[in-house]
Amino acid sequence: MSKILEINNLFKSYGPVEILKDINVSIDQGDFLVLVGPSGCGKSTLLNCIAGLEPITSGNLSIGGQDMTTVSPKDRDIAMVFQSYALYPTMTVAKNITFGMKVRGVDQATQDEKLAYVAQQLQIEPLLKRKPGQLSGGQRQRVAMGRALVRDPKLFLFDEPLSNLDAKLRVEMRTELKALHQRLGASMVYVTHDQIEAMTLATKIVVMKGGIIQQIGTPAEIYNRPANLFVADFMGSPAMNLIPAKAVKNGKGTAIQIERNGNTPIVLSDTKNLDLPEDVILGVRPEDISDASLRANNETQEADCVIEIVEPAGADTFAVMELGGKHVTARLHSETSAKAGETQRLAFDLGKVSYFAPDTGKRLN
Amino acid sequence: MADYSMHTVQNNNPIGKIALRWGLYVMLGIFAVFYLMPFFVMLTTSLKSLDEIRTGDLISLPREVTLDAWRTAWSGACTGIQCEGMRPYFWNSMLIAIPGVAISTLLGALNGYVVSQWKFRGANIIFSLMLFGCFIPFQVVLLPMARVLGMMGIAGTIPGLIFVHVIYGLGFTTLFFRNYYVSIPSELTKAAKVDGAGFFRIFWSIFLPLSIPIIVVTVIWQFTQIWNDFLFGVSFSQAGTQPVTVALNNIVNSTTGVKEYNVDMAAAIIAALPTLLVYVVAGKYFVRGLTAGSVKG
Repeated sequence: MSKILEINNLFKSYGPVEILKDINVSIDQGDFLVLVGPSGCGKSTLLNCIAGLEPITSGNLSIGGQDMTTVSPKDRDIAMVFQSYALYPTMTVAKNITFGMKVRGVDQATQDEKLAYVAQQLQIEPLLKRKPGQLSGGQRQRVAMGRALVRDPKLFLFDEPLSNLDAKLRVEMRTELKALHQRLGASMVYVTHDQIEAMTLATKIVVMKGGIIQQIGTPAEIYNRPANLFVADFMGSPAMNLIPAKAVKNGKGTAIQIERNGNTPIVLSDTKNLDLPEDVILGVRPEDISDASLRANNETQEADCVIEIVEPAGADTFAVMELGGKHVTARLHSETSAKAGETQRLAFDLGKVSYFAPDTGKRLN
Repeated sequence: MADYSMHTVQNNNPIGKIALRWGLYVMLGIFAVFYLMPFFVMLTTSLKSLDEIRTGDLISLPREVTLDAWRTAWSGACTGIQCEGMRPYFWNSMLIAIPGVAISTLLGALNGYVVSQWKFRGANIIFSLMLFGCFIPFQVVLLPMARVLGMMGIAGTIPGLIFVHVIYGLGFTTLFFRNYYVSIPSELTKAAKVDGAGFFRIFWSIFLPLSIPIIVVTVIWQFTQIWNDFLFGVSFSQAGTQPVTVALNNIVNSTTGVKEYNVDMAAAIIAALPTLLVYVVAGKYFVRGLTAGSVKG
């Protein structure tokens, strides 16, 4: 099976401004690709390039094995859901969904049949005669999906489709979207700035910044082994702790020293025999710093830390302390004994840490 | 709705609110009378006989209502040497105004659609230049336009006048439609493109149905402009193609001896009737269209 979407050396510029630089991505049939990054990173532009709504400056792009670099949007066999839903305001829901088929000259019987199928799939049958102005946000969202589904395309494109919904509905629709993807086995490209959406939906994530791809990988790869400081900081909530540290070689291996204000440095030892430069940035996820009494394995190393702030969040309690001049968050058990201003013995899971070079930001291990 | 609000108003503070409301109505009434006064004089004068005008009071009601003046104004009054009344010129104006309004509105809609939704290199410059066209005084274009009409071979004809009005109106109609369409999210066009619709299909199926309020605004504006135009009408017409405004001027100015005020008034009302009618029929859409900034959906 050939790649459903393949992008090679794609560049895009508006005049002298380069928006996308050397993009290479490909996905297989059934993949859910999420493009994620802060606003202005070029992710929506890339999606528009895939759709054919923006011409690309150089490089090539193929969908379903066919070169589509210069093909117009209507012939790319794609369907797209927009952030504002972009429903045609003067048409009823039914007309909105069938407009594409009408334009392509599909006969009425097929139109009716497909409309009925999609309406049933999305449970929007009672809405078919209404105008978009009479629908709630969630209903509009469904209609926009219906318009895409009815096309049965090779590739679905989503441009931040959930960002206009309120928080509760967003979570519901996210789950529904994931179920839909699993049910249809369709290939999807999805743009979002929300890293939680990216993690929960994707089978493959592309993290972008400044028009450059920072990392491509599965959600687990991106989360556990971020390629650089930007990805480490961007993905995950609360963000990964990035602590300046010194790597000191001694007889047994490498000791990782973390300076502390008015206290002796924490010294952890690297267990993997890495060849680290002297200055490193230690990346530790909050969940990899925990109560020493509750979590111990042969990778954890313990240290006493002064807790500055305790933030109970229901299932977990977050404890904030200062290490290496940075605020560091630890995810502790909700029944932790940690109290603000007091010392707590914490376990650092050295098996899961990342090391980055401070100057280039690149991952070292 | 109105009943309901009145009801609550009365419940809150009956006497003060009612006094305020009546005060408001009285004020509005005074203004309405003030503005309607000239029209009242025109209408009553047009229904009087000449004798009565000479002997009577300007604002008194006619003692004897007669439609003679109207008949004369419509089909017998003299403009220079011809005595056919306003009728032929009224139809000239219709023949100029209706195609002129239709063409300039349609082209304005297309222009606005292009400069707002199909941005191309220089789109903003072109739009600014068209906007500039709105502010060029009529007098400046008279001579060049006469030359162009001559070269095109339509000088002094009704198509020539239509052409002039379409050109002069394009700046305004483009401005109206552009400002209306610019508030429509570009994602709508994108969605239609992905759905397979082309340039004209998107315009026809999606943008035009959205445009009713702004079409009404444009039609009223253009109709008023073209119908009331005098300078282009007098400059670019010849005997037989003159619009109603020119005819009115000629009727009023070419009477010899006795001034037939009643005929003049009737002719003036005839000349003003169509624009009046357009406002009455579409006026509420005019206000609504001018304030319609956002599109639901």
